[in-house]
Amino acid sequence: MDAINFVHEQLSEKKDFPAFRPGDNVVVSYRIVEGDKQRIQDFRGDVIQMKGHEGTRTFTVRKVSNGIGVERIFPYSSPNIVGVKVLKRGKVRRAKLYYLRDLVGKKARIKERKRISN
Amino acid sequence: MNGLLGKKIGMTSIFDDAGKNIACTVVEAGPCVVTQVKTEETDGYNALQIGYGEAKEKNTSQALRGHFEKASTTPKRKLVEFRDFDIEKAIGDVIKVDEVFTEGDLVSAVGTSKGKGFQGVVKRHNFRGVNDATHGQHNRQRAPGSIGAASYPARVFKGMRMAGQDGNRRVKVQNLQVLKVFPDKNLILVKGAIPGHKGSYVILEK
Repeated sequence: MDAINFVHEQLSEKKDFPAFRPGDNVVVSYRIVEGDKQRIQDFRGDVIQMKGHEGTRTFTVRKVSNGIGVERIFPYSSPNIVGVKVLKRGKVRRAKLYYLRDLVGKKARIKERKRISN
Repeated sequence: MNGLLGKKIGMTSIFDDAGKNIACTVVEAGPCVVTQVKTEETDGYNALQIGYGEAKEKNTSQALRGHFEKASTTPKRKLVEFRDFDIEKAIGDVIKVDEVFTEGDLVSAVGTSKGKGFQGVVKRHNFRGVNDATHGQHNRQRAPGSIGAASYPARVFKGMRMAGQDGNRRVKVQNLQVLKVFPDKNLILVKGAIPGHKGSYVILEK
């Protein structure tokens, strides 16, 4: 395990994203390369899970677009993620918010966390 | 052929310059000790025998102890021979990763695959089994089917694929790309998977 951590220390890009956790509403700026052109696309939604550690960490962002739920899994240390902005901090009781997939409308809202401890 | 002995540490993934996520295996390769140099005159062919992995002296036979003493080294767990090693080495010399491998090399990895025990034909030989659960099928879903004709030849041909021990055998994977070499830590990063469980010995050949 130490050796694998060492590999990631050497090769994985250090990210200085603001701390966010499941339940937070974020905007992820992702670089898209099309041939020799590239552009930045924003994906806004709620973080519903974070998993893995070190260089293989990923997080899933869910949004509802035109009534259809869309989820996207982002590798945390991907060089294509330009930035993450936290818009709202959510108050949730679970680490994985898969239950949101079964909820629609007003029920699928996440309460805002007013008191920020960390 | 050049090569080294090593130990599989585990798998992980890194990002390449294009932003692609690449699965790779971390291997601790070497440092290996040259335990014997075979030459055309004495042995009929040129080869280098190298050892890796510390072994306890009490678990090493008297004959091998003498063999290691000749190379003035401690007993080793694994010994392997490489024919026509390109790098000039004398007995007792130490070979490190960066002497043998560089980034971008294509290597072969030899290891002992994970043992699966006694397995049926579906897992062992990728037979399809019976795809129906109905139409008269009863407990036949993973059965091999016919294994040959009847009164002629009146026997089952040799080599017929049947159930049996799966895994735990020598497997070689060829053309794995070396992504990175870390000489200070004796680590090498190889693209893709390598046979065997974590901590198992692997032979990397170039």
